Amino acid sequence: MSTQAVALKASTEEWRLPDKGKVGIACLIVAESAIFIIFVLAYVFYMGKSLSGPTPAQVLSVPIVGTICLLSSSLTVHFAVVSLEKNRIALSNAWLALTILLGGIFLGGTAIEWRKLIVDDGLTIRTNLFGTTYYSLVGLHASHVVVGLILLISVLLFGLAGKLDQSHARRLDVLSYYWHFVDAVWVVVFTVVYILGR
Amino acid sequence: MSLVSLESASAASAGISSSLTQLRSLAAWASGAPANIFAPQATPAHTIFGLSLLVIAIVTAIFLAVGGLLLYALIRFRSRPGDDAAEPRQIYGSNQVEVLWTVIPVLILVVLFLATIRVISETERARKPANALDVIVLGHQFWWEYRYPKQGFVTANELHIPVSDPKAPRPTYLTMSSVDVDHSFWVPRLAGKMDLIPNKTNVMWLDPQTSGLYLGQCAQYCGMEHAKMLIRVYVDTPEQFAAWVEAQQQPAVNDPRVAAGKEIFLHTACVNCHTVRGTSAHGVFGPDLTHLASRDTIASGVVKNTPANLRQWIEDPDSLKMGSLMPKMNLSPHDLDQITAYMESLR
Amino acid sequence: MNSTGTAVLASAQPPRKLWLDHVQEWLTTVDHKRIGLMYIGYALIFLVVAGVEALLMRIQLSAPDNHFLSPEVFNCMFTMHGTTMVFFVGMPILFGFGNYLVPLMIGARDMAFPRLNAFSFWISAFGGLLLYFSFLGGSGLYGAGSAPDVGWFAYAPLTAKLFSPGHSTDYWTLSILLSGIGSVGTALNLIVTIFTMRCKGMTMTRLPLLCWLYVVTSWLTFLALGPLTAAQIMLCLDRFAGSHFFDVQAGGSAVLWMHFFWIFGHPEVYILVLPAFAFANEIIPVFSRKPIFGYPAMVAASVLIGFISLGVWAHHMFTVGLGPEGNAFFTLATMIVSVPTGIKIFNWLATIWGGKIRFATPMLFSIGFLFQFLIAGLTGIMLSVAPFDWQLGNSYFVVAHFHYVLVGAILYMIFAAFYYWYPKMFGRMLSEKLGKWHFWLFTFGFHLTFDTMHIPGLLGMPRRVFTYPADRGWAMLNQIETVGGFIQAIALLLFVWNMIQSYRTGKEAGPDPWDAWTLEWATSSPPPHYNFAVDPVVHSRRPLWDRKHPESPDTHYE
Ligand code: HEA
Ligand code: HEA
Ligand code: HEC
Ligand code: CUA
Ligand SMILES: [Cu+2]
Repeated sequence: MSTQAVALKASTEEWRLPDKGKVGIACLIVAESAIFIIFVLAYVFYMGKSLSGPTPAQVLSVPIVGTICLLSSSLTVHFAVVSLEKNRIALSNAWLALTILLGGIFLGGTAIEWRKLIVDDGLTIRTNLFGTTYYSLVGLHASHVVVGLILLISVLLFGLAGKLDQSHARRLDVLSYYWHFVDAVWVVVFTVVYILGR
Repeated sequence: MSLVSLESASAASAGISSSLTQLRSLAAWASGAPANIFAPQATPAHTIFGLSLLVIAIVTAIFLAVGGLLLYALIRFRSRPGDDAAEPRQIYGSNQVEVLWTVIPVLILVVLFLATIRVISETERARKPANALDVIVLGHQFWWEYRYPKQGFVTANELHIPVSDPKAPRPTYLTMSSVDVDHSFWVPRLAGKMDLIPNKTNVMWLDPQTSGLYLGQCAQYCGMEHAKMLIRVYVDTPEQFAAWVEAQQQPAVNDPRVAAGKEIFLHTACVNCHTVRGTSAHGVFGPDLTHLASRDTIASGVVKNTPANLRQWIEDPDSLKMGSLMPKMNLSPHDLDQITAYMESLR
Repeated sequence: MNSTGTAVLASAQPPRKLWLDHVQEWLTTVDHKRIGLMYIGYALIFLVVAGVEALLMRIQLSAPDNHFLSPEVFNCMFTMHGTTMVFFVGMPILFGFGNYLVPLMIGARDMAFPRLNAFSFWISAFGGLLLYFSFLGGSGLYGAGSAPDVGWFAYAPLTAKLFSPGHSTDYWTLSILLSGIGSVGTALNLIVTIFTMRCKGMTMTRLPLLCWLYVVTSWLTFLALGPLTAAQIMLCLDRFAGSHFFDVQAGGSAVLWMHFFWIFGHPEVYILVLPAFAFANEIIPVFSRKPIFGYPAMVAASVLIGFISLGVWAHHMFTVGLGPEGNAFFTLATMIVSVPTGIKIFNWLATIWGGKIRFATPMLFSIGFLFQFLIAGLTGIMLSVAPFDWQLGNSYFVVAHFHYVLVGAILYMIFAAFYYWYPKMFGRMLSEKLGKWHFWLFTFGFHLTFDTMHIPGLLGMPRRVFTYPADRGWAMLNQIETVGGFIQAIALLLFVWNMIQSYRTGKEAGPDPWDAWTLEWATSSPPPHYNFAVDPVVHSRRPLWDRKHPESPDTHYE
């Protein structure tokens, strides 16, 4: 707040603004994080408060393979973006396919885990507070993986159909941010559910 | 700095407590408003009253100052018909005044906050004397259950507690929870409200200094009849209270003149929900009826406990309290009369 | 119409559009101005609906032991009134103005994501319809309930299947879930638009304050609606899938819902009030003929309010048994909000100071806002003192506090915004004469209702009661409140009449009827589809001032 004059230079200056896609995805990530935080809080709040079994210690095993796959898929998607930026479409497609494969393995792992929990251990969302919070938190994350996979698969299909080129790199970049976010959330979920919660 | 304002805050509240006595004349007005928060009759309500006067004084002063400036500015700087077309001097801001009106509110808040934490700890950290009376309060949709664990009886809807002489205090500690949804126990002249929440116990205390009847009602929306979940607190003299406890401890009166009614009662679904101590009625869903006739009202204060009302209640609870959880039992007029007579005998 | 005349004109004008063409155009539009207007229109319809619900409640409460509404209906009424007013009046009307104004004020041609914008609107609109469909569908197969009746914050476990059979609560939670998705979409759009589509020269420090406040509001929307969405998903899972988040029988916690709801609920009230501040920031300077006092302080205060308001939610839970530490902490946190809010009040005061105030209708409503927000904020301070809240909480004093903000501050600024920007939107002025009648009548009714409403609270009247006993001394006061409610209704009818009438016969506005300074007044009224024929370039916060006063442009002073 002052009366000092400021030079009138705006019109000659180059006018640069942030990228729409990046700001947009950042906003989406903030909003989604808020949702996840609440689910994580609920999980933590109800840790050890179930009135009946089974307890996490009895039935949960650490999903090492799935976790490794999901985390490394962050790298592969990054390579896909880099390749596309360099207009190496085939390479980008390959990295994309690998990303999808890794994401798929992760989801498959979750599916097997859930099958075991439901069929062998008799733990459903109705069983106790652990079931309630476990399925909702892990399920919410898995649903984000599914959304990410659907988007990645559609990009891959465009790529295979030869409709992808360098100019789409920015959009794929934005998508990759979403995928990184899903990964980051998994780190939190993993820590809370499989390490602290057991 | 904070020390100074602590002192001034306590000085202010001290000054206020002395003028409390005069302000008690407000209580005269309160006779037309039996749940007036400004007519406190127990320490918790009293301390809040003292604090509230300080708060009201401060916000009123702020309102007068800021509102007055605003009004002045509006009048002084209004455009007048004869004005020239020139724009007023353009002023963009000033750091000094900006700092000024940041710091002054902060100082006011320090005072307010210190006064507040004092009352919070006076109320919530008060030491419980050994002679305190314990009552367990359970909220039900839409009535109150009162258990006197040390005295060994249960009653409903009308809470009796002893008067607490400031010289030999005997406060009552209420341990509160709910069996269904959230409720809130609020008797404005005795204390602020406290919620009754399932799976959680809350504690509050009362030390009423004058005997009499204090009214309140449930202050947390709990369903259809939330409006008719009224509270009646009877503050008894020590002698009255002892007599009342003595009477409540007895099992139900067994009056041979109403044996027929008792028989019908015990063979109707009533016993699934109601307890009458000394009989086979052990239900816990509805209020304990052992000493129903000793109560002034029925259905948590909704109507007077008269034979006509009681009969109407048993015939069709919804006609007095639509949505209460007691069903209509479709009794014949004969059975109704008999049961009502039996209920009337439960002194 | 004369047939030869049509024939002659036909060659000069494009063929007349069918009524259906217009409908189709509006339904499929992605133009920010049209979407903005649809938001606003939709909100106004719901304002009348929820206002009528309020009047029904007022009639019921006008006498003790009244039988105008049954308890069931009354409980539906306050739930629907509160839910509608917050989610389907407050939110859409503010997003509507944001949609309409933000691109114009930053010199952009549309929002960043026009299709997302349309999607957000329609999904919110659908949410509102779903809520009202509950009147028909709420009974469900159980035959219980109709419209939701759990109150607008729907405390658990009252919402559990056990206590709320039927589908009424399902409609409540689903409609809020949908409107929440729409709100996040619009908020995202607003932020991206403001960050990435400003015209040349409009740095963030030259951004009109309105846009700054929309940034903060949108930011809060992300952080508040996320928790709400999460909580509603949990409630849906509880009700549809049998999970136990809020099931006290299975060890679930009723208090957890309260925390989750108010982590949303408190920032929500600031989401609603910040756009009202935004309007005040534009209107008060123009009618005082001075720039806003302390622009950087105003921005900083808004951002601070946004941050602090995330940490005060439990002041709605002072009676829940937080313990002395919790109560003290949330008392302090809540009180601190009054510092940045005070800065705003004082800066508006300083803006007026030394000005040349024109008492046109927009300014009248802004003045009403200033006084009423001051009072409302001070009653808020009374409530923030935890022990005082033990007495005041959940009483009519609270109801009076929040209507003072929601009606006395927000609705007043919305009215001001209408009188101010209607000429821009439709090219015609609203009648000043009717406007003044509207203002004075509404103000009279408002004070009759809501000043009076504080007192029954002090006399022990809890909220959400469908009736009350005669011996409590509340009857007379309630009667006065009811009369006030009807006076407000008459004033609102005048307002609606004014908008309809002026649309046809109002004075032509021209591009800049108020002699204002921001970019939206640089284009024609109503603005063309593409907003600006030439992309504007700005050099200060008040581009039109610079143009009108080349001798002393703002550029020298920022
Ligand atoms: C837009 C809406 C809005 C706004 C802006 C506010 C603003 C504030 N509110 Fe309000 N409030 C509501 C809407 C709003 N509220 C609603 C809807 C509810 C009830 C929900 C429900 O239960 O249904 C509620 C309930 C509510 C409660 C809970 C009551 C209860 O249920 O028990 C509390 C308690 O602390 C509170 C406090 C405050 C405070 C301290 C502010 C502050 O932000 C006010 C700050 C402003 C000022 C203080 C005035 C200007 C400042 C100065 C002139 C500086 C000098 C002042 C001082 C130093 C004090 N509000
Ligand atoms: C933006 C928010 C907003 C607004 C504008 C209002 C506006 C009004 N409110 Fe609202 N109210 C809330 C938000 C709002 N309210 C909330 C959140 C609650 C809490 C709910 C809960 O507890 O769950 C509440 C609760 C509430 C209660 C308490 C209910 C209870 O606890 O039992 C009452 C009681 O008087 C009330 C009254 C009014 C009145 C008289 C108006 C008036 O200002 C309304 C004026 C408008 C009109 C009158 C409409 C105009 C009508 C026409 C133009 C057509 C005329 C046609 C005919 C007459 C047929 N409201
Ligand atoms: C399904 C349970 C149920 C049955 C069966 C039932 N009641 Fe009740 N009763 C209640 C409940 C619940 C209340 C409290 C209602 C309220 O105040 O909202 C109540 C209240 C009462 C009261 C008022 C008590 C008071 O302290 O205010 C009386 C008297 C009463 N019942 C008598 C009877 C009689 C007699 C029968 C049998 C003919 C009966 N009840 C059957 C549940 C039941
Ligand atoms: Cu119990 Cu309201
Ligand atoms: Cu709040």
